[in-house]
Amino acid sequence: MTDSPRSSPSVPRSDTLPGSHADESHHLPGRFAGYRAVLASRVRSQRSYRSNFAIDLASSALVGLIELAEVWLLFHQVTVLGGLTFQQVLLVFGIADMCNSIADLFVGHCDTLPKYVRAGTLDVFYLRPQPLLLQLMTSDISLRRVTRAGVALASLVIGLSINDIHWSVGTVGLLVLTVFCAAAIFSAMYVWAAGLQFFLIQGAEFTNAFVYGGRYAATQPAAVWSTPLKVLFGFVFPMALSAYVPALRLLGLPGPAGLPTWLAWCTPLAALWIWAFALFMWRLGVRHYQGGGG
Amino acid sequence: MPELVIETERLTRDFRIRGKGATALRRSTLRAVDNLQLRVTPGESLGYIGANGAGKSTTIKMLVGILVPTSGSVRTCGLDPHRDRRRLAAEVGVVFGQRSQLWWDLPVRESFEILAAIHRLPGPDARARTGELIEQLELHDFLATPVRQLSLGQRMRAEVAAALLHRPRLVILDEPTIGLDVLSKQRLREFLITERHTHGTTLLLTTHDMGDIERLCERVLVVDHGSTVYDGNLDGLARAAGSDRTLVLDFVDATPDLTGIPHTTHLGSEVAGARQRLAFDSEKTTAAAVLAAVGQQAELRDLTIEEPDIEDVVRRIYQARR
Repeated sequence: MTDSPRSSPSVPRSDTLPGSHADESHHLPGRFAGYRAVLASRVRSQRSYRSNFAIDLASSALVGLIELAEVWLLFHQVTVLGGLTFQQVLLVFGIADMCNSIADLFVGHCDTLPKYVRAGTLDVFYLRPQPLLLQLMTSDISLRRVTRAGVALASLVIGLSINDIHWSVGTVGLLVLTVFCAAAIFSAMYVWAAGLQFFLIQGAEFTNAFVYGGRYAATQPAAVWSTPLKVLFGFVFPMALSAYVPALRLLGLPGPAGLPTWLAWCTPLAALWIWAFALFMWRLGVRHYQGGGG
Repeated sequence: MPELVIETERLTRDFRIRGKGATALRRSTLRAVDNLQLRVTPGESLGYIGANGAGKSTTIKMLVGILVPTSGSVRTCGLDPHRDRRRLAAEVGVVFGQRSQLWWDLPVRESFEILAAIHRLPGPDARARTGELIEQLELHDFLATPVRQLSLGQRMRAEVAAALLHRPRLVILDEPTIGLDVLSKQRLREFLITERHTHGTTLLLTTHDMGDIERLCERVLVVDHGSTVYDGNLDGLARAAGSDRTLVLDFVDATPDLTGIPHTTHLGSEVAGARQRLAFDSEKTTAAAVLAAVGQQAELRDLTIEEPDIEDVVRRIYQARR
């Protein structure tokens, strides 16, 4: 095979003129330059229609507020649900909805895969020298979710300040770990849903039950769940582990049957598991699309 | 022997299709590509003709790694398209007439910049190549226009530039001129001829437009129901179909039907025989011999020779197989 010119880049040699920054242009663009260029263009394009963007931001904030109001209404009827007060549930809601909004911001478009398939965008991804899933994940970004994440962040901050939390290096560490892992867990939910939709054209209803059902479940105290639900949204899709169990740990409360609070430190494992599942589903879906024994 | 750009060995692809209604549970198999043997050498220009559903798009998808063959093998630019898809992406440029590689909401120039970053082209190289393509495809006037506002002809030219930005060795064009007006077609064809000439690019073209084939392709592949029914040059295609050339003869006076000229077939008469059409087999006789024989019977005023219409030739090949 003959080398194409770009596979033998003219690397700027150290003996070129000192301080010749002009030679920068001889560098190959970095491995991530392509992804960055796409994402930057998405950001520009969303912000270029100012009024539209403002409406998007406002409506997304409104959705976040309505979700929060729903929780508040529930606690208007009962003072304690699943062993938690409204003040304490703010913490669960804050972590869960913020991390989910972050995941939605970056990879939420993945579960609209059938649209990519119909428009032929997916076939175009095949023509580019990048992994398909990374291309899909970085093909868009939903900036409007920022405001919804903001509502959740406010709820989290209020939850953290009005509850009686014994602050230590451990609790701060746990909070940071939880936020990262929960965002990863929710991202994985969008990815496996995308993989499954290779099989189920018009199958969004089915995956939505888990993705958005899971999203809702994550904001609720899992103590009130039946055992099958605890298995499904506690471990298979680790929703309870993403916010509820860590919140209990932060508050120093005991966990319900089946969900001891030491599990709060196991969110990285839960994230690994759901990502492994997501990548497996994605591979299965791609194989099905290509007809290679799917 | 140079490395082949495309090499397939008994390449086959089946699709399982589900029936409708009562037969929904029964699955049947549709063979889209059937034992395709294809070898394309560097610099060749191949026209790939076939009716809708003849398996052209399926073949292209297997060539670039979008679909995996059911059986047989395929190598593109010496690579396994499925396993080495990402390496292959640097060698191949594809224009799908029906799907866009550009970002619909971005100006054309920005799409090029992003694609250059995706293909990791060094800055000066990317600028030089973009400049070259802009010049040759005459994109100046709409570089700042968002893709969604382009006319079809403009968009197609931008798509071709996008697919060729990374200087692929093999360019695959799936229905590139569909819906284009005569001038846009002409421009695009001229560009492709130049591009081949200067860079030695290998071309694979599917089209329903016989003008594309005539202008651009040295070699023609005709497929029907997934299998190859003709593989050779354009002239040979006409011969293979047994297509005759046609003499259109205008006489000074009304003339009785000329049915007795050797190796010719009388196709019809108009204006009471003042214009007659004779098909002749160019293997067995010459236009001059036919004219001499005609000249003995009537006085000629004018004549034209009609070449066989390729569309007609392909139709004949299809019909002969049924």
